[in-house]
Amino acid sequence: MKIIPHDDEYTHVIPPSLYVGIWATLMVLTLITVLASFAELGIFNIVLALLIATIKGTLVVLFFMHLRYSPKLTMVAVIASVCFLLILFSLTMTDYLSRHWATFPGR
Amino acid sequence: MATAVQPVVERENYLNSNYGIKSWLLTTDHKRIALLYLMSITAMFWLGGFFAMLIRLELLTPAGDLVTSDTYNKLFTMHGITMIFFFLIPSVPAVIGNFVIPLMIGAKDLAFPRLNLASWYIYMLGAGLALWGFLLGGVDTGWTFYTPFSTSYSNTHVVTVAVGVFIVGFSSIFTGLNFIVTIHRMRAPGLTWNRLPLFCWSNYAASLIMVLGTPVVAITLLLVAFERLFHIGVFNPQLGGDPLLFQHLFWFYSHPAVYIMILPGMGVISEVVTCYSRKRAFGYEFIALASIAIAVLGFLVWAHHMFVAGISMYSALVFSLLTYFVAIPSAVKVFNWTATMYKGSVRFDTPMLYAWGFIGLFTMGGLTGVFLASLGVDVHVTDTYFVVAHFHYVMVGGMVLAYLAGLHFWWPKITGRMYPEPPAKLSALLVFVGFNLTFFPQFILGYMGMPRRYHAYPPEFQVLNVLSTAGASVLAIGYILPMIYFLWSLRYGEDAGPNPWNAVGLEWMTPSPPPTHNFDETPVVTWEAYDYEHQPQEEITIGH
Amino acid sequence: MATSSEIQTAERSFQHHFASIEQQRDTATFGMWMFLLTEIMFFGGLFCSYLVYRRTYYEAFVEGSQKMNIILGAVNTAVLICSSLSMAMGVRAAQTGKPKLMVILLLVTILFGFGFLGIKAVEYHEHWVNHEFPGPNFHFETGDPAHPATDPLHTQIYFGLYWSMTGLHALHMIIGIGLVTWLVLAGMRGAFSPIYYSPVENVGLYWHFVDLVWIYLFPLLYLISHKHSG
Repeated sequence: MKIIPHDDEYTHVIPPSLYVGIWATLMVLTLITVLASFAELGIFNIVLALLIATIKGTLVVLFFMHLRYSPKLTMVAVIASVCFLLILFSLTMTDYLSRHWATFPGR
Repeated sequence: MATAVQPVVERENYLNSNYGIKSWLLTTDHKRIALLYLMSITAMFWLGGFFAMLIRLELLTPAGDLVTSDTYNKLFTMHGITMIFFFLIPSVPAVIGNFVIPLMIGAKDLAFPRLNLASWYIYMLGAGLALWGFLLGGVDTGWTFYTPFSTSYSNTHVVTVAVGVFIVGFSSIFTGLNFIVTIHRMRAPGLTWNRLPLFCWSNYAASLIMVLGTPVVAITLLLVAFERLFHIGVFNPQLGGDPLLFQHLFWFYSHPAVYIMILPGMGVISEVVTCYSRKRAFGYEFIALASIAIAVLGFLVWAHHMFVAGISMYSALVFSLLTYFVAIPSAVKVFNWTATMYKGSVRFDTPMLYAWGFIGLFTMGGLTGVFLASLGVDVHVTDTYFVVAHFHYVMVGGMVLAYLAGLHFWWPKITGRMYPEPPAKLSALLVFVGFNLTFFPQFILGYMGMPRRYHAYPPEFQVLNVLSTAGASVLAIGYILPMIYFLWSLRYGEDAGPNPWNAVGLEWMTPSPPPTHNFDETPVVTWEAYDYEHQPQEEITIGH
Repeated sequence: MATSSEIQTAERSFQHHFASIEQQRDTATFGMWMFLLTEIMFFGGLFCSYLVYRRTYYEAFVEGSQKMNIILGAVNTAVLICSSLSMAMGVRAAQTGKPKLMVILLLVTILFGFGFLGIKAVEYHEHWVNHEFPGPNFHFETGDPAHPATDPLHTQIYFGLYWSMTGLHALHMIIGIGLVTWLVLAGMRGAFSPIYYSPVENVGLYWHFVDLVWIYLFPLLYLISHKHSG
């Protein structure tokens, strides 16, 4: 019958303890982000901040959003769109980063 | 045998299953939604054509004597906005794709039928708002909305029209989303990816672009609106904002957008060329992968629209190189279509005439794109009529011809009627001749230095401009005739039968017009795509 | 095993162009993921602008960022993370056939959502009365006489991005609260069961995504540098 689903890996039920564990990790990482911002690390401030944000984001996506337990196609799609976002950033930056490289007579 | 008399008892199909305006405005049937879109985009096509007519009339004489320069700015802006956002982008996907894709994959409907209807309503809302902006006085920024003119200096209805375009972008996004999910999840049993018709591959690739690219232009136009309304000056040079940032964000979508426009058209050509050559597609996998390659590579080249805008020379070099690469998969397709026809049993019905026109004209347009990719050449011909001719060759000579090919090819399936072949062939000829007469002189004009977006020009350019306007008149007739004979065919056209072209494909295995639920039972596919070798002359039945 | 009433409610929600309820469920979830990818690109345009201008006008951005209340920002981040927990647990409750628990957890999620918006409103009010909204009334001072504003013109761009990015995010929160409210109402009418809980799962995905955007917004807007702060 079309209505009764067959149990498959995609109806995986996650134990509450895992959710609470992820939540606790996210809270701790938030605290670390704030504290780390007070350290004077120069260029590494932003690197560290983005790194921690990405770890937090990955945990949210994998566990709260169940990507870990979803079809591979979904994972491919998420990674692909992140790649296109990075293309937007990086190719745009080829312009801004190289604007002052060349000087011409009269400029 | 041909008969102009209605059958006594009409079989139930998607057209007669329900009557009344509510059954159309609240439909979730992808076939009816496709027809709703057909009405809307045809109306917008004529509006865009009206603006084009005024432009060409102005350009008959060197002096700017028909309209003021401000009005002329509005004309080319509204022509571009209407044709690109409200006609070309939805044309093949929303009309032909909506109708044919579920049939081609053996599904009862798209994955999200209600979202499909919402897409049309969103389109109508966006179109309504843009039209309202046009009626209030129009917009003069160019369809490209370049800042700071659009944000700080233009006194026209930028926000109204930009928000209209923003809204219609969501129509495109939802259509693309629907197609991607449908093609992944709703294929009939046995329909593997390498049995999928190339029309589906092309629309899938175009849908990837719709989903990934359109949101960026959406936020960019929103920022333009924010700047005009709330003075949030992200692009305002007086605050240190960079107008080039607008251009980067705008073209990140708008370049891939041209592939949104052409890929579905290429899909139509794949279907038409195989059917009228009675051969399987040469290099099926290459054509399929070329579609994906065009979609991906298309995202890497956008700043070739900005070579002289002020980007760094090094960045320009990178984009120039990448732009050469994106020509390759398109060329692969042209070679493969040609090879498909080689030693095929070629018939020249109207769809095939348009396909031949497409292959020739798209090649010319595409090659001139390669000229523009070269920095040295681009410095001379950018912002001239050379560019105008280039993009009209690909968008009109390519895309519009492909759309007409598709309309003719699937008209029997959509309506159950055959269009009359003689006037159709005449129209195809008029479109081809009219098109070339309109736009070929523009390559020469651009090379000689006539700038675009100017309503006055030096007198030595007049002869070519007059030729161009004459061509546009012929082209217009070529467009009007199908309106007439398609409507004529609804009442007097020959009964089409399920497969008038003897084509291979699931959509040809249902009655014409199809029943609302498409297939009585879900077909099981056991044959390869374009299996013309094994296609007997008589109609094949489902499941064999 | 599914009860007959669960089967009945699932049957009402089953759409007949699908071959099975699993196909409907997997398709709906895939569709929501596709939509979220468009949202990534939508916010992505703003992040790209932020990237370009932060690099070019770093000092101006640092000074603008000093005006952000780090405590309120951090609390808001915590609020959203808690709301994601309650949302995820709410989806799980629907998945395991506990409709009453689901409704309670979704109500908790809504409460957290309003908490976030309330704190945001307080922050916006502060910025507004301090003339930190771009436009003719924009007026920026560091508030520290020893360190006058280096680059007030470009700080206006920082604030333009701040208001656009957080404003758009807040709009998405409001829509999210609306969606979760709809789930609560439907849930109270018994619309969901272990056989059919797709809407809960998919609104959950949307909610977590909105949280995800804030996870990036917070360090980028609030925590640029504390060089000039006490």
